[in-house]
Amino acid sequence: MINRECGIFRTTYQADMSLYGVPLARITVAAFALFFALVFPFVVDHKHLVWANFAGISIVAAIGLNLLTGYTGQISIGHAAFMATGGYTAAIMTTRADVPFWVGLIAGGVFASAYGLIVGLPSVRVKGFYLAIATLAAQFITEWIINHVEWIGGGFQASIIVPPASLGPVRFDTELEKYYLVLALVVLAVVAGLNIARSRLGRAFVAIRDRDVAAEIIGVDIFRYKLLSFMISSFFAGVAGALYVYYVGTATIEAFQISRSIEILAMIIIGGLGSILGSIFGAVFVVVLPLALEDILEFFRGVLPVTDIDTFVSQLKLMVFGGLIMLFLMVEPEGLNRLWRNVKDYFRVWPFSY
Amino acid sequence: MDEPPLLDVQDVHVSFGGVHALRGVSFQALKGEILAIIGPNGAGKTTLINAICGHYHPQRGRILFKGKDITRLRPHRIAALGIARTFQNLALFRGMSVLDNIMLGRHVKMRSGVFACALYWGPAQMEEVRHREVVERIIDFLEIEHIRKVPAGALAYGLQKRVELGRALALEPELLLLDEPMAGMNLDEKEDMARFILDVQEEMGIGIILIEHDMGVVMDISDRVIVLDLGEKICEGKPEEVANDPRAIKAYLGEAVAQKGR
Repeated sequence: MINRECGIFRTTYQADMSLYGVPLARITVAAFALFFALVFPFVVDHKHLVWANFAGISIVAAIGLNLLTGYTGQISIGHAAFMATGGYTAAIMTTRADVPFWVGLIAGGVFASAYGLIVGLPSVRVKGFYLAIATLAAQFITEWIINHVEWIGGGFQASIIVPPASLGPVRFDTELEKYYLVLALVVLAVVAGLNIARSRLGRAFVAIRDRDVAAEIIGVDIFRYKLLSFMISSFFAGVAGALYVYYVGTATIEAFQISRSIEILAMIIIGGLGSILGSIFGAVFVVVLPLALEDILEFFRGVLPVTDIDTFVSQLKLMVFGGLIMLFLMVEPEGLNRLWRNVKDYFRVWPFSY
Repeated sequence: MDEPPLLDVQDVHVSFGGVHALRGVSFQALKGEILAIIGPNGAGKTTLINAICGHYHPQRGRILFKGKDITRLRPHRIAALGIARTFQNLALFRGMSVLDNIMLGRHVKMRSGVFACALYWGPAQMEEVRHREVVERIIDFLEIEHIRKVPAGALAYGLQKRVELGRALALEPELLLLDEPMAGMNLDEKEDMARFILDVQEEMGIGIILIEHDMGVVMDISDRVIVLDLGEKICEGKPEEVANDPRAIKAYLGEAVAQKGR
């Protein structure tokens, strides 16, 4: 939050390396956590809870992609394919083997991770646009497999009905129950993401992004760490995919098409590459803004001078959304996270400008 | 000789297509000595460093480090054995703070895996603190305390060079390869860097191979000098011997230095 560091002295390296070094920042984070755990779900209506759940699932996926693209610098336009792997693994295991929810969730992550390892193999030799195209190929192959291999997808354009998640005696049936499930996984993903980013692993990732030759010379096995990054990233995506399937109750290819891949990529670019907080900003922006815009436009329903109001609203929503993305990126190309940092830096030394 | 030399380069050939960058270079580097490699542009100095680091694999010849053959190893394996380097053109991780840059030098000494890192609290944190202490000693040594949290890309050129040296030192190498550590520096910065290099040699007993164009520096701080020209070693010896060697003068030094050396 607003870091007023004046008068705060860190006397151990441990304190110096803590995530939130300032008491005010710790209080703010705790306040946010309490708000989303105890207040938010009870003051919003059902519709907004649905938005929150979709945003939460997207946050998990976006953090995963940000570890790969933002931190390690390896572009993936096939992230929906990893989500699909996780989603279908969970769906198939739940419906055919009747495994409990948590097994399906973890298996989704593990299978996606293994798939990520295979898809990531080209990254050993190619980077940049070439890798982007390689992952794009993986996206198309995955879509094709799910559509055409009946054992996996259930047939062309079919969907698999999945029973709702349950953990022992607790069933996640209602929107509110699902909200807590999503929230718990978001917290886990955020904590894991932050910890990876600040430890040995994250440093090696950023080293590969910034200067791969130097990373190798300093002792980072770049092949290994690139593949590791793919695996970790796809694990997050797989878990997000599985969570999505349990949340919606069906596994269908519609949810994991290329547009979804691009959407996640948009989230991390808008939110800020190489930042966990940015992944959250970006996911919320991309998921919630169009829905909120719809609400706002609905509000003006009476005054808008158009006859076919429903088409008009849905079209205008997309236009405004696209415009806002461009506006934000022009204001701050490094994303919402950077915008937020600028505000923080301003208040750090406020009211003195130096 | 009971103990093998720190680095033993034996008849190394490196060529790129038809270009022979190195043709049969042999030399030895000893523990705790500063060995300078000089020569005109294109003589193969940087190629030689790249071959030692495992960046290029020589077509012929062998490179032994403490008696162990490292000719075919990949760069990160060689780093783990104890050879560190700096680059002619800066190769810092620009997005990371100075601290994180130097912490990367500790990468091969750290063990935390994926799960330990994701959990962080516990073993991974203890490891971070332990290595942070080592890194802080290096930061102290190089007098860069004031910039430890600044992103490396935002620093002035001379300081970036110093951070790069710090990152190499964090590896606790036994052999340090410095590729033009003073290129593009002003006189003050050069003197600072020369002092750091001498301190590294004296306090840590690290063997140093130095590529440098500034003859004043080379003559002052190195124990031995090798002259390369067109991919071949044309002479080797103490600085004053090399300065008076007609082949070295012809290839690189020119008359002025030769007279100064007398």
